Amino acid sequence: MQTNVAVLNNLERRLLNDYQHNFPLSPTPYADIARELGVSEAEVLDVLARLRQQGAVSRVGAVVRPNTVGVSTLAAMAVPPESLERVAALVSACAEVNHNYEREHRLNLWFVANAPDAPRLQAVLDDIAARSGYEVLSFPLLEDYHIDLGFDLKF
Amino acid sequence: MTGRMSAANRASDPDMSLAPQTARNQPPLAEADRRLLAAIQDGLPLVARPFAEIGARIGLAEAEVITRLEHLKQAGIIRRFGVVVRHHEVGYGANAMVVWDVPDEQVRELGRCLAEFDFITLCYRRPRHLPQWRYNLYCMIHGKSREDVHAHLEWMVNHCGLQSLPHEVLFSRRRFKQRGAAYFIEPPVAGEAREG
Repeated sequence: MQTNVAVLNNLERRLLNDYQHNFPLSPTPYADIARELGVSEAEVLDVLARLRQQGAVSRVGAVVRPNTVGVSTLAAMAVPPESLERVAALVSACAEVNHNYEREHRLNLWFVANAPDAPRLQAVLDDIAARSGYEVLSFPLLEDYHIDLGFDLKF
Repeated sequence: MTGRMSAANRASDPDMSLAPQTARNQPPLAEADRRLLAAIQDGLPLVARPFAEIGARIGLAEAEVITRLEHLKQAGIIRRFGVVVRHHEVGYGANAMVVWDVPDEQVRELGRCLAEFDFITLCYRRPRHLPQWRYNLYCMIHGKSREDVHAHLEWMVNHCGLQSLPHEVLFSRRRFKQRGAAYFIEPPVAGEAREG
């Protein structure tokens, strides 16, 4: 669902933009945010619930450094257009897969898979290759250059 | 494909011998931290005392949940804690994965240069997969339109001096699945391992 950004009110914009990394780690974080924004705790909770339901907010939570808990990889496949729906559904159905996109390239299906350890991760990729009938290329992360400070939405 | 065949003809790819970044001397996470990260992977509950509720699910006191999260943040294991926005849903309808073929000795310097732009949300080095795939540096650019993404890209190319390096721009066409990582598939943490 696409949120109509033009109709976001000031409270929604501030909740989306200002708390991507300065979220209070206190017993009552939503009340603390409400105090900072001059609204009630109930309003903060309502708006966050609505933004989450609309899909604008994925979650309020932690972005964890890759490969800290378990291992992950970015994988790619070249799938003929007529098979893409079927293969994409097969990939998305794996609990170990958390992102799955079609991209404009010969390698047209890109997904991220996570597993508790490397053999388990390889087994997931092997299983996808066997069931889809297409090769899976794996590109595990070697070095991370980005410091995640959130994303300034520039409304 | 753009650019010249500068780095593609190497017989062997030294990237492949590198251990993944994470293997470097990282002490294993404490069991309680693993359980905590698993318990919040779908997000904090939207209730007045969310850390108390998370603690109740995994047998930790509210204060211990908060202290552990603070430590995980300080240690860099939690890179940020807060509202996680879906770019597409808030007006950033175009995203492209841009991949570069960079000589190995330059990857780190160029990766750091690219990572400084505020429209970049990821910037990683990954192994090549010759002969199918020559690229070793990846970044994700978000924009309000394709034109926006191309303008960002041009700015980056000029700023970081990437004009001569082969690259490709892979716009996303369809999103089949997007959610936070599910760290633990096997231990069902109080029945919370559902999809976000």
